[in-house]
Amino acid sequence: MENEKDDTLLLVNNISVVYSDVIQVLKGVSLKVPRGQIVSLLGSNGAGKTTTLKAISGLLKPENGKVTDGEITYDGAGIQNLSPEEITRKGIIQVLEGRQPFKYLTVEENLRVGTATRPLKPYKKDLEMVYHYFPALTKRRKTMAGYCSGGEIQMVVMGRALMAHPKLLLLDEPSLGLAPLVVKEIFRIIRLINEEQHTTIVLVEQNANMALKIAHYGYVMENGRVVMEGEAKDLTENPDVKEFYLGVGAGGTARSYRDVKSYKRRKRWL
Amino acid sequence: MEFFLQLLINGLSVGLLYGLSALGFVMIFKSSSVLNFAHGQLLAIGAFFFLVLVSWLQLPVALAFLVTLAGSFVLGFTVERIFLRPLIGEPLIFVIMLTVGLSSMFKGLLLFFFGGNLQTYPDFLPASLGMQFGGITIAPVYVASSLMGVTFLVLFGLFFKYSPQGIFMRSVADNQTAALSLGVHVKKVFALSWAIAALVASMSGIVLGVINGINVHEISSIGLKVFPVVILGGLDSIGGAIIGGIIIGLLETFTSGYLSPSLRDVIPYIVLVAILLVKPYGLFGLVEIERV
Repeated sequence: MENEKDDTLLLVNNISVVYSDVIQVLKGVSLKVPRGQIVSLLGSNGAGKTTTLKAISGLLKPENGKVTDGEITYDGAGIQNLSPEEITRKGIIQVLEGRQPFKYLTVEENLRVGTATRPLKPYKKDLEMVYHYFPALTKRRKTMAGYCSGGEIQMVVMGRALMAHPKLLLLDEPSLGLAPLVVKEIFRIIRLINEEQHTTIVLVEQNANMALKIAHYGYVMENGRVVMEGEAKDLTENPDVKEFYLGVGAGGTARSYRDVKSYKRRKRWL
Repeated sequence: MEFFLQLLINGLSVGLLYGLSALGFVMIFKSSSVLNFAHGQLLAIGAFFFLVLVSWLQLPVALAFLVTLAGSFVLGFTVERIFLRPLIGEPLIFVIMLTVGLSSMFKGLLLFFFGGNLQTYPDFLPASLGMQFGGITIAPVYVASSLMGVTFLVLFGLFFKYSPQGIFMRSVADNQTAALSLGVHVKKVFALSWAIAALVASMSGIVLGVINGINVHEISSIGLKVFPVVILGGLDSIGGAIIGGIIIGLLETFTSGYLSPSLRDVIPYIVLVAILLVKPYGLFGLVEIERV
């Protein structure tokens, strides 16, 4: 990662996040997201991945959270604690965890909400672009999103984000609760978007295996801290990552969860 | 039979008016979950504003109407800006109590300026607007109110269905966080829904003023009829608001025609209680799409 400064799109420098003035969730997280790359954020539940994304996108505010320390620099300017309206207009769009479509809007109306950052510009071409990436949505365009399948809804929420022409796309667990084949398809499309639209992507995932396959660089988080980082292929080889996130023991065989003395390894990371 | 048809037509046109007024109430509820208890006063303000323009300033009717609409739009916007925006993020009950306070304040101000007497507009509707079918006569004001009701309901329907701003408003009503994540200006949506609510309220206020005369108490209490209307139709359904309005309008005219005029204002509330017992979500309330 010895790139020049200009190649860094997003720099998260040692941020702390506190909810309701008392609950500290992030304790000094630093990330660097180079332009045009996919950076993956791994970690178990409650590690602070989603909070990190929300700190970047400004969505902490409605949840009474705040970046209390450190700074977030995007394209050379500080953006910590700006409102989501301002941040989205700079080109940072977050796709929320748990697939949150507008249930009572049709698929196409959902996509049109993605134009909120430039309300009066033509959007037909962008619709075509989204249908090109997600052909499955073409025949569902008049269906209420609430009645679509999980995979289709994931496509709707990602397509909706693409409509905004994001420079930086924050994806929060796109694979959550989807069938393996659908997950594969979604990840193929994520990579395609990255390659063809040159969209920089931060990908939060539990599915470390899939995420590291398409990511260039990865971070592992635990208890509100980054405990490990590296090139995606190096992380895949790392024995700790293998054991905790890829489910493969040091010897190359799958090991039962109870055989792993997790606290010992964890200690090394903290 | 003629009597029946006469009542039916009057009921329909009044009902459309109730529907229009309820549309504003439903919009505020849908976008921000706030029950606006000051809705009746918004009707009254519109009616009095029009009175000032037409009778006191002697403006031409069409111009006065447009100015009233523009003025109430600005009023709704301002009310949201000054009174409601600071309360965003506070518990809903605070906001709802605020609207109760607003309703008293508006009522007091109107009484201060205009007194509690019944006032009337000069007769401005051309008699040629009235219609005659056999033995049934439709008074000009009912024709005008039906025309206005249908026109604006269609306009708002198209606005919500196709215009970008309409779609953004529905998206906020649907999932506020997701709308925020896509850069929808949620505060602007709140302000716009108040502005539209005040606008449709003042339209209904004017027409009701033409039908019944203008009196602060009278019009405010008619404004309160949005509660039976929207509860009948379903609090969060715009289509339901219109149908609910028509049903309440019909019930009222039939009651006063066949039973007794003094029961007219009671029936809607009896229906309200009955509906709450049988169908608490209203006839057209959104059935939550549950994904398992």
